[in-house]
Order: sequence, then C-alpha cells, then structure tokens
Amino acid sequence: MSSRYDRAVTIFSPDGHLLQVEYAQEAVRKGSTAVGVRGANCVVLGVEKKSVAQLQEDRKVRKICMLDNHVVMAFAGLTADARIMINRAQVECQSHRLNVEDPVTLEYITRFIAQLKQKYTQSNGRRPFGISCLIGGFDADGSAHLFQTEPSGIFYEYKANATGRSAKVVREFFEKSYREEEVANEHGAVKLAIRALLEVAQSGQNNLEVAIMENGKPLKMLDTDVITDYVKIIEKEKEEELEKKKQKK
Amino acid sequence: METLLGIKGPDFVMLAADTTHARSIIVMKEDQNKIHKVSDSLLISTVGESGDTEQFTEFISKNIALYKMRNGYDLSPRESAHFTRKNLAEYLRSRTPYQVFMFVAGYDPNAGPELTFIDYLANALPVNYAGHGYGAIFASSIYDRYWHPNITQAEAYDVFKKCIAEIQKRLVVNLKNFTVAVVDKDGVRDLEPISAASLAA
Repeated sequence: MSSRYDRAVTIFSPDGHLLQVEYAQEAVRKGSTAVGVRGANCVVLGVEKKSVAQLQEDRKVRKICMLDNHVVMAFAGLTADARIMINRAQVECQSHRLNVEDPVTLEYITRFIAQLKQKYTQSNGRRPFGISCLIGGFDADGSAHLFQTEPSGIFYEYKANATGRSAKVVREFFEKSYREEEVANEHGAVKLAIRALLEVAQSGQNNLEVAIMENGKPLKMLDTDVITDYVKIIEKEKEEELEKKKQKK
Repeated sequence: METLLGIKGPDFVMLAADTTHARSIIVMKEDQNKIHKVSDSLLISTVGESGDTEQFTEFISKNIALYKMRNGYDLSPRESAHFTRKNLAEYLRSRTPYQVFMFVAGYDPNAGPELTFIDYLANALPVNYAGHGYGAIFASSIYDRYWHPNITQAEAYDVFKKCIAEIQKRLVVNLKNFTVAVVDKDGVRDLEPISAASLAA
C-alpha cells in the first residue's frame, strides 16, 4: 500500500510519514548495538562488533572512531554510510580549528552531523544515512557530553543511551540502573557500559569493543582481557544478587 | 629580513627562528614565534610574506592533523614535506600564490630525522643544515666549519649561538631574539631562546 510513497525520499505518505527515513531508522534498528555512558569526568562508548569470518583478517573493524582529539563517535547501522559521515565530520573538525582557532564543541559537531543527515532527507536523488551516531567527548571547558543523532537529522543529549539492535532494552536498563554516584569514576562508567552491552550481546563478551575518553587524554580502547575482567566482576555481582534474593525467599 | 636556521644531527633536528615581526621600516613585535608544532614529532618554521606564513602553515598543519585522524597514524616528516611542497607548488601556479620560505623538520622512528628546505618557488630538498633569509648568508660558512655527521644537540645549539652572534654583529637588520626548538625521538620541545643578552652573559 505504501509502495507509491517510498519511491523518493522527499515525498510524504498521506498519513504524514517519510517512509525512506523510517526505513533508514529500521536499518539502524538492525545494526549492532552501540552504547554510550557519560560519567562525571569521562565518556565511555561501547559496541558489539560483528563476528569476524573465520578467514578474515581481524584488522580492527572499527565501529568506534575519533572525529578529533576530543571527540569520539560510535554508530549503529550501515558502516559504509558511516564512513562517509565520519570523513565529513573529521574534515569539519579541522576546518573549525583552522577557521576559528578553537576545537569544536560537542554540540557544534553533533549539530553539523545532524544537519548533514537532515539535508539527505530533503533533497532529490539521495537517500538518508542509515546510521545513528553516539557522539561523546569534551568541550573546551572540560565538561563531558554525550549526544545521539538519528537518520532524520534529529539530535538529543543524554547521560547514557543506546542505539541499534534492542536499543530499547538497553535504554530501559540504563533508566533502571544509572546512578550519578556509580558513574562518578571511570571504573563505574565502564562497568555500566559493559553491563548494558551484556544485556543484549548476542555473541557474548568476546566481541565487545569499548573506548574511554577522559578530558585532555587520548582515547583509550580497552584490551580484550581488561573487558574480560570487567565481565567477571559483573557476573560475580549478578550471582551475589541472586543469592540474596534466594535467601530472602 | 627574517631569518630561519636549521640543523640535522644523527638523531634530532634543531630549528632556530628570529622573533621579529617587522612591517616596512617599523618593528611591530619582538616575540613572534615562527616555529610551529604541527604534530608530536613535526615542526614547521616559516618566514615570508606576513599573513601568508601563518595562513599557509596552519593550512598544512590542519591537513596533517586530519590525515592522522583519518588513518590513525601520523604523516612521516618526508611525506609531510612532500605534501607541503606540492601544495606550495600548486598555489604558486594559481592567482593567489603563497610567498613563504620554510623548514619542515621531523623525527621518524623508522627513518630517523629529516630536515627539508622549502623556498617560495616550492623547491624542496632534504638537507643537513640550511638557513632562510639574510641571516643565512652568515650562517652557511659557520655550518660548513662546525657541522659534522655526529653532531650532538649541545653542539648544534652552540653552532646556532655562533651563527646568531655573527648575524647580530654583521647584519644591518636588528634581530635581537631567536627561539630554538628541537625534535627527536622524545618529540618536540622548546630550548632556551638565544638573544643578544644571553650571548653576552
């Protein structure tokens, strides 16, 4: 029924939907999960990597990448689209430095990305970006920020959020278990991000990619064994909680 | 009238640049830094048409930063020099050429130190020692006498002192103060500036 109204991006369906945009959002929902947590003085981004084919060289298929020294981005959706977006954003970050001698603020670069996405929903002969981005980092004043953009070109700021497959489950998880005091330090923020990923990770702990950014420091990608340590801690805590529940009964 | 100096040693490159910003016969500024830190192990020192120097150096350095952001590793000093030369050569043949003279100095953990001389016609050549500007006229004989392949950082700094003493003695233009920076395996850092006062002490 909708077949006529999804040929061009720029055409509304009678009930007021832009179907191509909604399909793009569907592509995001099918993409692997990405989570972001804003701590008191750090930002943690995590993704579930696609499992690598047996004979594929695991040359770090990156789903978390730097836009500038102080901005990092993770995404869910079409990787090919993301590469274009990342490239544009990286150029904009340097252009901004060149033009006004200041690094971009998080809001500025998010707005730039959102604006680019929006353009692709309102011009002919194009299709929307099939990606949703989580953008984290620090402003010049040292404050941490976490933003999310969607294919429609909308953007919001969050304390913690997820996008991609089963984002809803993770978001509910965050709403339940996000505590300011817990993410006050780096350790707590990373733990929360990994816990969130484990809620929905399909291939278990082996395919997680987690990055931490602290103010003024280079991005830190967590090693597999560090992640494994966190996973062990989390599992232990879960068991203890179960024990407690049993005892209550 | 401005002067740049550069020396390459076995494991470092040292640059010196005067700090005078003059407009016609008037000195506008005595503390202009002409040695730019481009990345963790790359320095570019620039003189020439004022305005062009800042503009072009910033353009180059932001592109080098972009390269790192895109690829996850730095452009090597050699590659950086080629990139700079190519851009300068292209601008030379445009309606808006940049009139700049520069040194691209860097340290590559694999290939070692690299010092490239680039002039406003986009001549680029790797050198062991060189200078730009009037001051270089006095420097070249001193380089020839004191440079040797195993020169140390302390010796190179001394050579700069000798050059600057000569410049301040013989050149009609007053170049009071020189900033000095070095790049080696530990990255870039500033050294003590060399001035008429510090030479007299």
